Amino acid sequence: MFELLEKLCMTPGPSGCEKQIRELIEKEISPFVDSVETDVMGNLIAHKKGNGKKLMFAAHMDEIGLIATCHGEKGQVYVAGLGGVDPYASLYQRVQFLNGAQGVVAPDGKADLLKDLKLGQLYVDVGAKCEEEAKELVAVGEAGVFVGDFYEQNGCVISKAMDNRVGCFVLMEAIRRMKKHQNDLYFVFTTSEEVGLRGAKTSVHTVEPDYAVVLDVTRAGDIPSAEKVALEMKKGVVIKVMDRGFIAHPIVNDRMVTLCKERNILYQMAALANGATDAGAIHLSGGGVPTGCIAFPLRYMHTTGETVAKSDIENAIDLTTVLIEEGII
Amino acid sequence: MYLSELTKLPGVSGNENCVRSFIKEKVEPFCDRIEIDSIGNLLAFKKGYMDTGKTLMLCAHMDEVGLIVSRITEEGFLKFKTVGGIDPRVLVSKRVLVGNKQLPGVIGRKAIHLLSADERKQAPKVKELYVDIGAKNKKDAEKRVAVGDYIAFASRTVTFGDNLMKAKALDDRVGCSVMLELLKEPCPWDLCFAFTVQEEVGLRGAKVCAKRVKPDLALVLEGTTCSDTPGTDVSGVSTRLGGGAALSLIDGATVYNRELVLKLHKLATDAGVTVQFKQTATGGNDAGAIHLASGGVPTVSVSIPARYIHSPSSVISLSDYEAVRETARLLMQEVDNV
Amino acid sequence: MKKKLIDLAAQGGISGHEFSIHESVKKLLEPYCDTVEADVMGNVVGVISAEDPDAPKVMLEAHIDGIGLMVSGIDDDGFLSFIPVGGVDSAILPGAEVTVCGTEPLFGVIGAKPPHLQTGGQSEAIKISDMVIDIGLSAEEARKKVTVGDAVCFAESIEKLSAGVLSGKSFDDRAGLISLLICLDKLKGKKLPFTLYVLAAVQEEVGLRGAKTGAERLAPDCAFCVDVCHGDTPDGGQESIFKLGSGAVISFGPNIHPYLSSLAKTVAKEENIAVSYDADGGDTGTDAWAVQIAAEGIPVLLLSIPLRYMHTTVETLHFDDVKAVGNLLAAMLLKLDLEVLSCTFQN
Repeated sequence: MFELLEKLCMTPGPSGCEKQIRELIEKEISPFVDSVETDVMGNLIAHKKGNGKKLMFAAHMDEIGLIATCHGEKGQVYVAGLGGVDPYASLYQRVQFLNGAQGVVAPDGKADLLKDLKLGQLYVDVGAKCEEEAKELVAVGEAGVFVGDFYEQNGCVISKAMDNRVGCFVLMEAIRRMKKHQNDLYFVFTTSEEVGLRGAKTSVHTVEPDYAVVLDVTRAGDIPSAEKVALEMKKGVVIKVMDRGFIAHPIVNDRMVTLCKERNILYQMAALANGATDAGAIHLSGGGVPTGCIAFPLRYMHTTGETVAKSDIENAIDLTTVLIEEGII
Repeated sequence: MYLSELTKLPGVSGNENCVRSFIKEKVEPFCDRIEIDSIGNLLAFKKGYMDTGKTLMLCAHMDEVGLIVSRITEEGFLKFKTVGGIDPRVLVSKRVLVGNKQLPGVIGRKAIHLLSADERKQAPKVKELYVDIGAKNKKDAEKRVAVGDYIAFASRTVTFGDNLMKAKALDDRVGCSVMLELLKEPCPWDLCFAFTVQEEVGLRGAKVCAKRVKPDLALVLEGTTCSDTPGTDVSGVSTRLGGGAALSLIDGATVYNRELVLKLHKLATDAGVTVQFKQTATGGNDAGAIHLASGGVPTVSVSIPARYIHSPSSVISLSDYEAVRETARLLMQEVDNV
Repeated sequence: MKKKLIDLAAQGGISGHEFSIHESVKKLLEPYCDTVEADVMGNVVGVISAEDPDAPKVMLEAHIDGIGLMVSGIDDDGFLSFIPVGGVDSAILPGAEVTVCGTEPLFGVIGAKPPHLQTGGQSEAIKISDMVIDIGLSAEEARKKVTVGDAVCFAESIEKLSAGVLSGKSFDDRAGLISLLICLDKLKGKKLPFTLYVLAAVQEEVGLRGAKTGAERLAPDCAFCVDVCHGDTPDGGQESIFKLGSGAVISFGPNIHPYLSSLAKTVAKEENIAVSYDADGGDTGTDAWAVQIAAEGIPVLLLSIPLRYMHTTVETLHFDDVKAVGNLLAAMLLKLDLEVLSCTFQN
């Protein structure tokens, strides 16, 4: 079952350039829904007709990445971040551009590797000897993603782009498993979340749902370097009460908590001062959309070693499936 | 070209009246309909020569960065706040025009002799500066000025050097001027020329107008940073003066549709128009608001490189001006193929 | 009205939990409105309908949420960790009394680790992550009564400091709502040529959220927002600071529609209402900023009430200023000319 997650993680889709990942998701979910469309922003909007109120599920399919901005005389490819790229986490990482070219992130002469490192002081070495060669390999505007293998160990999955292919995966699994449904359902795989919840903003405007549920990762609090957050891996699916971008609507949250209790699904509540998801954009659309957020504790966000527990993923699939099947009335 | 007239007009964000009236007068003979909305955007509509039912929106903002009077001191000096992104280091000892009557004033700070050694090293803070209009005292000042009056830079428009122009507000009167020129030309699609307000304080006008117009394609004409000056690292050079119209692939507010931008780049190059890519990812313009309006709008942005942007003396190359105009013209003519 | 403010400010209703004061807000609005209802975001909307169903729409707005805290964890000794909701100054927290909205309201006091165990030195401000809420219960008992995500309100009484000067929590912006009531009271029995909406908005303190969706839904032709601004203190300087008791503060700048600010100025003079002026170069940091670009753009005016010690449990104001705002609003609504408003930018 986790082969699909691996496939999702290994398919590149930096913010604004989600074509490949979109095509993969479309192929996988098409048999289970009534229609699938791609909108102007590149969002994939799947519809499963139903009689009840409109319920929209959203998971962003973009990942953080880099985009080439200019070239140096010695063949450097200078880049800007697509999304919150940490210069330290990028250092000496391998980058794969969408045209297939690869390179290594290296510091330029001015970079202080110990203090205040900035992305502008890094470049991608594509093995070019001069500016012309570099341009030939990677043109300005070419986007890329970090390289990082998928690995399973001790009940965990580790990969790049787990943020938020795990959300896509959970939603896709739930779509595949659903045996009935109550609501008029929309499943939206959004774009450009990492650069400002942009795809969510336009897709929710198109869908105009009555309720929305967002699936995304959240920082785990059970590692030594973490902020003090009462969130642990392998302690269940996370139901968010609040983050920097939104406060969950009681109608949606109470429904999710009730379903977890009824079905004995392991869950944990989270109240966070930081972080934001597509829920931030979705719940403010039009006159307001009651919104909740299903999350998965993730270690080492925005690195190539993003780690999630399989059991949390299973709990999330269970919750999402039962939410689809029992609905929000 | 209306650049010398347009750059002389004051139009600080929120007080674009002078620019709007000038533009209104110029567009009236050439468009089918004008709308001015609740925030002050001027929208000029023109039917296309084909019946495609599609709308291309061209967009430039009328407003410029400036100041606003926030308090009048007992001595009759005007304390102010900035409107839009201004580096306080460009303010000291500049001439300004205050309020709708355009009273002359100067931005003051105590003389260098009176600054402590520490103060000399530090950038001045807006809080320490004031505008002097030569008033005797508060009462005298209040006869001519009120809290809330806008203050615009007073700066001559000069052509100099190798086909260069120095003026204030080139960001984005260049866009306005280009649109005034293009309004006279035919286009297969229906056109909306959106002259927006309040870009400099957060793309406010564009947010309102894109929701109204709901275009099928949008072209934003802008002024952008040009840091080709000595001492800038290669990775910090956003555009080069004289390097042509700058096409954006990414900025702080938008990841542009790369295929669309490359098509426009090819169109321009094939037609012999000089174009360059904006090579930094920072900043943002009305495209940020427009491309996210309603269900999303395909948007491209073509900018003119402007050195010393957001200061009373910004500098452009008139050859870049022509390149921006020609790029926009090509898009209008070939809109079906883009 | 002063009594109404004291009663309303004393209640809970932090951002996102405004439903706990819905009934009180509805009761306050009902005597003046034809209908009062809560919307999907939790905004309470009062409507005073014009006779003509196609009449233009005018909106009055103040936010009803207050800053507070939220439970983020329960440790094995029964102490509660928490996060701020809205811009809480952590300096006011140690020793503060709070009410935890669990299965029942629970009294709690905020404590900090002893100084030598804190992550910062003693000369530094105490971090919220080094504080806990002590509800005096065992972990087992605490977990029965408290859940992560429960709201925590400040438990602070309202005191009269001197004639007209009140001190307490949540005057930001319940005082604004009371000024709207004063306005409605003045207008009682008068026929207005427009339908008047009163938007008691939620979630201002976490990002102008209720006003954004409320204004989008109502799409009025113009709006008047009331919020608080900074009152004079010995250490506050002079820029955008206003003396308590000096009246209503009229805002100017890009956020504000020029017709509405000039109308406010004229009406204040004619009616002899005490006012002062403030200007912002862009964002006013209030709901007016969200309302202005909601729907297809909404002309907006911001009036403010000077308030000392904003976002603390001892917010201090002069009730005359609340009255001044209410009186000015009422006088403006009687002279508002929507025709002139819509022609402002036509030149």
